[in-house]
Amino acid sequence: MQGLLPYLINGVSVGGQYALIAIGYTLVYGILRLINFAHGDVFMVAGLIMVYSSATMPMYLSIPLVLILTVVLGFTIERAAYKPLRTAPRMSLMISAIGVSYLIQNLAFYFTGGLPQPVTNPIPWISENVTVFGESTKRVTLVTPILTALLVVALVYFINHTKIGMGMRAVSKDFETAQLMGIKINSVISMTFVVGSFLAAVGAMLYFTNYPSVAITSGGMPGLKAFVAAVFGGIGSIPGAVVGAFLIGISEELIKGLGYSTFSDAFTFALLIVVLCVRPTGLFGEKVTDKV
Amino acid sequence: MSENVLKLENVTMQFGGVVAVDNLSMEINKGEIVALIGPNGAGKTTAFNTITGVYEPTNGQVSFLGKPIVRNHPQGKMKKAYKGSDAEKFAHEPVLNPTPDKITALGMARTFQNIRLWKTQTVFDNVLIAKHMLRTSNVFSATFRLNRAEEAKQREEVAELLEIVGLSDVRNELATSLPYGKQRRLEIARALATQPKLLMLDEPAAGMNPQETDELTAFIGRVRKDFDMTILLIEHHMDLVMDISDRIYVIDFGKLIAHGTPEVIQNDQRVIDAYLGVEEDA
Amino acid sequence: MKHMKREHLITAAVLLALLVGAFVLDATLPSYHIAIKVVKKACVYSLVAVSMNLLNGFTGLFSLGQAGFMLLGAYSYAVLCIPVAKRAGVYQYFDGGIVQFSLPEIFSGILGDTVGGVVGMLCALLIGGLIAALCAYLIGLPVLRLKSDYLAIATLGFAEILRAFFQWNALGPLTNGSNLLKNYPDLGGAAAYVILVGIFIAIILLLVNSTYGRAFMAIRDDEVAAEAMGVNLAHHKRLAFIISSFFAGVGGGMLAMYMGTVQALSFKSAMTYEILLIVVMGGIGSITGSVLTSFLYIASLEWLLRGLDSGTFLGISSPIFKNGFRMAIVSVIIMIVVLFFRKGIMGDRELPDLFKPRRKAAKKGGDAQ
Repeated sequence: MQGLLPYLINGVSVGGQYALIAIGYTLVYGILRLINFAHGDVFMVAGLIMVYSSATMPMYLSIPLVLILTVVLGFTIERAAYKPLRTAPRMSLMISAIGVSYLIQNLAFYFTGGLPQPVTNPIPWISENVTVFGESTKRVTLVTPILTALLVVALVYFINHTKIGMGMRAVSKDFETAQLMGIKINSVISMTFVVGSFLAAVGAMLYFTNYPSVAITSGGMPGLKAFVAAVFGGIGSIPGAVVGAFLIGISEELIKGLGYSTFSDAFTFALLIVVLCVRPTGLFGEKVTDKV
Repeated sequence: MSENVLKLENVTMQFGGVVAVDNLSMEINKGEIVALIGPNGAGKTTAFNTITGVYEPTNGQVSFLGKPIVRNHPQGKMKKAYKGSDAEKFAHEPVLNPTPDKITALGMARTFQNIRLWKTQTVFDNVLIAKHMLRTSNVFSATFRLNRAEEAKQREEVAELLEIVGLSDVRNELATSLPYGKQRRLEIARALATQPKLLMLDEPAAGMNPQETDELTAFIGRVRKDFDMTILLIEHHMDLVMDISDRIYVIDFGKLIAHGTPEVIQNDQRVIDAYLGVEEDA
Repeated sequence: MKHMKREHLITAAVLLALLVGAFVLDATLPSYHIAIKVVKKACVYSLVAVSMNLLNGFTGLFSLGQAGFMLLGAYSYAVLCIPVAKRAGVYQYFDGGIVQFSLPEIFSGILGDTVGGVVGMLCALLIGGLIAALCAYLIGLPVLRLKSDYLAIATLGFAEILRAFFQWNALGPLTNGSNLLKNYPDLGGAAAYVILVGIFIAIILLLVNSTYGRAFMAIRDDEVAAEAMGVNLAHHKRLAFIISSFFAGVGGGMLAMYMGTVQALSFKSAMTYEILLIVVMGGIGSITGSVLTSFLYIASLEWLLRGLDSGTFLGISSPIFKNGFRMAIVSVIIMIVVLFFRKGIMGDRELPDLFKPRRKAAKKGGDAQ
């Protein structure tokens, strides 16, 4: 058991990072019924921006810059690639998302020359080593779950107690009716992407502190896994996404600890398929019945 | 006594706490046109959907040509929540819950309230696809054209059917490019292509003007005659219902409130109160 | 009726011309020439794209498992075709592997070197397809009940699981773990690929135009109506899934053949996305579109747009033409098609439709909204 402890601690940390990405998926799905395949790539771009900005400017400038640029990116993607398809079939929207993901990766390849960009200048305090329960780890491992919890609480407050949050809830319940009731659909949707991208940016800064470099494919896997977490928890539900993300992060690290690293990714997807087949609405999802 | 085609016994459909169809029993005999009417939200379409396998009824039994095809009794969570009656009647018999295609295969074909034609297909192909059900070929013989005789026969039957329903001249048009009335007629032709013994029409005159409704009335009469068809009809247009139905069942809030010939129904005080008095579209 | 004949004649002539062209390429150019490589790769992509179109375009099932089924086909082909003598070298970490036969060699023993070799390779391709189909049958049971986007993500997950599985060291004696499989034979030149892929696509075309194909399209257009008209949804969806996976498996085998090496690592979800985007660009529901776009896409990437990556394009030199610019341009074009030309190059038209008298073709295009 002692041997698994560092993996468990790591799992909690990874879970927190997944949670921050998963919220972005779940919010967007709740409102547009779209799997935003590009979200993982937004996360990757946030990592790249962090690498570039932290190499050239002080921390108090680079962190806000990462947040702002990522939010702008998320906002732009929605306006350029999803908004024109508002009335199109859902399949077109999903294809557009896949196209955006493809575009971002290829653009990133062009700008980075296809080489992984080393994280030379990680955020200082959180990348220092500390000792927990006799195990050495980076401070980010401890900071992540706490920061995640704080952000989730803030987000839940935002959704339940602000006007735009109320709009988001209304739109996710019934798109058309919300529109008829005078809710500004477009600004609500944009806000959703802004919030999602903001959290992904925070997630990226934490996630890549633990890694030596950011590659253009770095967003794919964490993105997919965060999505699985969102489905697992019941897509559309924020607590569901968070619980799902922690469960997946922890199980994944434990599987690594048991010596089956090859299967840590496969496990996540197997879990996904089982959940989808047994309880397609996930742990906290609402049941929807189709009308004939 | 004529042959019984469709029989509903104690059919109840409950969604959560809402009883949409409450203990409905009815019968249709061979060659009859029977109408199921009731105010908006009375549970007509729900009843229709429990017969055709779209919904699983909470309780009750549906028999077709003397054989039970759908049967259920309150189970699981529903056992406690069930608000209808006769919960015990079918509790000891096996549950039957076939998918809609199985029911169609038994000889029951339907149309839809909001027209559901295959929109990328031509008029001809819409009817031809309905013949798919009657094929004897498998995917290999069909792909490698070993089923030519069958395919030719089906195409001939479809052409004939289109001739009868008067859609021959538009056979190569896209189904959705037809005017509304013809789309309705095409849906009926498509249902007939499955060679049903019972034709079920879900508000066939919905959205039609009086002239189109008259044409439809005549058309349904012709279908009964030409195909020797038994027909169950859900409808709002009273003219049409009173014109062509042999018998009428009236439901309100899911419950059967009256049943009989058009004359009887027209003079039934409960029906007038529940329905005719508040009828707004004509 | 006269026009029908004419369209089909022209279509046949076009196809024949393509075949002759492939033979001419084979006869005049060395086998490593870029033109031959482009034709071969484009053929493989055509087959895979058409198989995906059968499922996503004609049956309306949004599946993203293509890379997984291709992987199964590719590995089957490689494992069954590596010459026995070379197995020790390929499986150097796994004592030469557990498979100790090679189909082309077995058939060569019976039918002579040339014929036997080809028969063996074809058998290996078909076995790869069957394995993919079997897998599709097994996962189809639970997965096909899921609705659109859930189906997409479940099949995507399945492909990722397969990829991990094939890299697993415990399976090394069969799959060579995370190492390359190589040294297996290739079927031949451009003409061989064109003929083989032509046959497979012709079979898919026949299927699409049969009573089953029409049932698939009915499911796509309106599932509820299809079921009400007696189409067994579970059965037909599974059928489409299995057949599509079979051809994806065969396509994967041919990809392995073309590439010369196989590694599980390369069958990523990005590969599925690439093929999906080809299908979309060609027109969802058009087989001609899938083929045409495969050729355009591969030719552009591998050949015509090379200059964008290496400094000089169309005689213009610019520092922005550096590694990756080509893909960036291609993906921008893809986004433009996805957003503004949603019907793709062909919409739902096929090759003969192009040779119909002008007005008729225009009408069909207009009505297909």
